[in-house]
Amino acid sequence: MPQKTGDKMKEYVMGNGAIALGALAAGVNLAAGYPGTPSSEIIETISKYPHAGVHLEWSVNEKAAMEVAAAAAYSGARALVTMKQMGLNVAADPLMSVAYVGVKGGMVVVCADDPGPISSQTEQDTRRFADFARIPVFDPSTPEEAFEMIGDAFEYSEKYSTPVIFRPTTRVCHAYAGVEAPDESAPKKYEGFVRDPSKWVIFPRLSNYNHGMIEKRNAEIAADFSSYRFNTVQGSGPLAVITSGVSYAYAGEYSEKHGGIKIIRVATAFPFPEDFILGALEGVSSVICLEELSPYIEEQVLKTVGRHHLDIEVKGKLDGTEPHNGENSAELTGAVLDRFFGFEPEGNLIDVSDSPALPARPPVLCAGCPHRASFYAVKQAMKGRKCVFCGDIGCYTLGNAMPLDMVDTCLCMGAGITMAQGFSHTDKDTVCFGFTGDSTFFASGMTGVVNAVYNEADIILCVLDNSTTAMTGHQPHPGTGRNMMGDIVEKVSIEKVLEGMGVKKIITVNPLDLEKAVNAVRECAETPGVKAIVFRSPCIAIVKSGAKCSVGSKCINCRKCIREIGCPALITENGSVKIDSNLCTGCGLCAQICPVGAIGGEGDE
Amino acid sequence: MNKDIMICGVGGQGTVLASKIIAAAATQEGQTVHSAETIGMAQRGGSVTSHVRIGDKAHSPLIPPGSADIILAFEPSEAVRNLRYLKAGGLAVVNTAPVKPVTESLKETGYDGKEMTAYLRRKCRCIFIDSDEVCAPFGSAKFFNIIILGVACATGETGIGKDVILNQIDLRVPEKFRETNRLAFLAGYEIGEKEKKQYED
Ligand SMILES: Cc1ncc(C[n+]2csc(CCOP(=O)(O)OP(=O)(O)O)c2C)c(N)n1
Repeated sequence: MPQKTGDKMKEYVMGNGAIALGALAAGVNLAAGYPGTPSSEIIETISKYPHAGVHLEWSVNEKAAMEVAAAAAYSGARALVTMKQMGLNVAADPLMSVAYVGVKGGMVVVCADDPGPISSQTEQDTRRFADFARIPVFDPSTPEEAFEMIGDAFEYSEKYSTPVIFRPTTRVCHAYAGVEAPDESAPKKYEGFVRDPSKWVIFPRLSNYNHGMIEKRNAEIAADFSSYRFNTVQGSGPLAVITSGVSYAYAGEYSEKHGGIKIIRVATAFPFPEDFILGALEGVSSVICLEELSPYIEEQVLKTVGRHHLDIEVKGKLDGTEPHNGENSAELTGAVLDRFFGFEPEGNLIDVSDSPALPARPPVLCAGCPHRASFYAVKQAMKGRKCVFCGDIGCYTLGNAMPLDMVDTCLCMGAGITMAQGFSHTDKDTVCFGFTGDSTFFASGMTGVVNAVYNEADIILCVLDNSTTAMTGHQPHPGTGRNMMGDIVEKVSIEKVLEGMGVKKIITVNPLDLEKAVNAVRECAETPGVKAIVFRSPCIAIVKSGAKCSVGSKCINCRKCIREIGCPALITENGSVKIDSNLCTGCGLCAQICPVGAIGGEGDE
Repeated sequence: MNKDIMICGVGGQGTVLASKIIAAAATQEGQTVHSAETIGMAQRGGSVTSHVRIGDKAHSPLIPPGSADIILAFEPSEAVRNLRYLKAGGLAVVNTAPVKPVTESLKETGYDGKEMTAYLRRKCRCIFIDSDEVCAPFGSAKFFNIIILGVACATGETGIGKDVILNQIDLRVPEKFRETNRLAFLAGYEIGEKEKKQYED
């Protein structure tokens, strides 16, 4: 959103938008990623701004994105890779190796961490991953900084011929601020791939040699980072805060309220800028580390203090002053700093200790979501049978909620299928179901299907195909027929893929046709081997809703609809069942289960 | 000017558009603005908040507890959930229409929002509006976000002018819906003016 302020153009953008604009300003040539909260809007923003000459893609998964980008960087082009923190687990294989090989063009891996976690399986700390891979990491604390810093990341990557990690967190990615975007930017001019097997082909000898070289180089980078513009010191005194990321903003605000405290901010956690820290610690007797996820900086400070025999107390997560889990907040850091500096807690608070019990609001499947119908069909068909329902990652994880209660396991993307296979070998009296979304199927489900076929599993694979990657904000994928270059491409057929991999029974059914869906499940349960049901019905957010349903006078108030499917549009009002027309999409599932036919489409009675 | 404005509700209620319009309007007025949204899992029917922070004093995107000048609550229990962010003396503009979570419909605890509004009335300065009632002339609950913006703007607590917000509505809403959205905003504005008179008297 361009906003004219004064004579400069300021864009009010999300942190992810700032990263995207910063990358465009840095002349990025190729950007590839796989969606994941909180990183998804980076690729999406690039697609919405002028980006002629830039190759842009949603890759099938993070590993593919990393490898596509590595090739671009070998060619001398500037390459951007985006993902959420767990994505780096998937892309760890290419990352670890490209860290040894190095790059020619700048390669920046944006890996967004999610303290909380708010929308993730883990609270892993990507700064630690950077240390593990022995490559530099940049840690912005605001969208404005992220915009500047992403350009620095490309510069450093090229200066030291290494991929670098750029690690924002949710509160940077999803915060909005004004940035001064350049009027025009052009992709970098680059040479193209120059053949040199001694450089680009990883072999044990090369790895051994480069390992030594990398450690020497990292010492140089650490020295270089000691004068990096975003490693900063403000204030003075014997007590100091060492911080990074969004915690730096919390500390800054605290400082403003208390007339200035000493704040040391480390924007490059690895290679750790030891000279900078040593300078900053002069005259300091006690420090408190404020950081999220893991005590990474705290450990580095302890090492520094130990190595140089400094008489400085180091407080943080390791001594129990702060929690290891969860995200920081102004509240939490305020309380910690009050204790550290000996300030009285201040506040202008309303006392809410006597507040009434609040309704819990766990996330649920949307009203009309076809996943609800798929789960309900499986549940109906398998009544009385011993089953295990292996769930997976996506909106359909929410099939766990009452009253559906259809998720027995959920681990990581793709694991629904392979875990169903595992149970089929250990729990032979059980019907083993593996659920997967369409995007998850392409990302990491296909290899699991081959594994199940090859190892003679007895499972029912349920592909919940809603024609989009819903949970992360409706990105296209190979099954949708659209890509990020704006092209209409041939849809990759899930059925043909399954057939090609050797699945003998494949049934495609519309889950909103309850009877057919139930029959498909029953038929598969009677067939040995690997069977697949493709439940196909689009996500309600990408299609127009149909005629809304309403409850007619025949309703006997048995509440079967509410008790069995738990659609948010089904509510009770003054003791009777009602359909909230603001939420209903007219999927008709409730009408199909009403025992007296009291629910109908609009106008129906 | 420094203002902290919190918007809260349930995923799917349209809180994001409201906060975007406020933030954009303040930016248009030349203010430094920071804001943050709940994005991800919670958008599927969970509790969501938007924080809009206007002025140079705000470093972080999240409003600290006891700091919000005004809360726009799209649901009564969400107003209570986030009340600790309101500063003593701040104003809450609250929708009285409850959103019942599925778990509540299953267990039938009888949650209807009334206990929440009674509690809020005891705790802070409030303006209550019923979304069903105020949206009726516009034919859809989707207009509530624009109406509540009108109410908030009229109270003066957001520090943002009416015309700037109208301008942002023009910029962000597709042509087809523009006129209805303007009318919805003005209807909210009228309510806000009336309410303001009442609590000022
Ligand atoms: C390794 C990894 N990458 C990315 C994500 C983020 N993520 C969560 S759900 C999801 C995909 C969901 O799409 P789909 O399988 O089509 O299910 P839907 O949400 O549409 O039901 C992704 C990519 C993740 N959790 N793990």
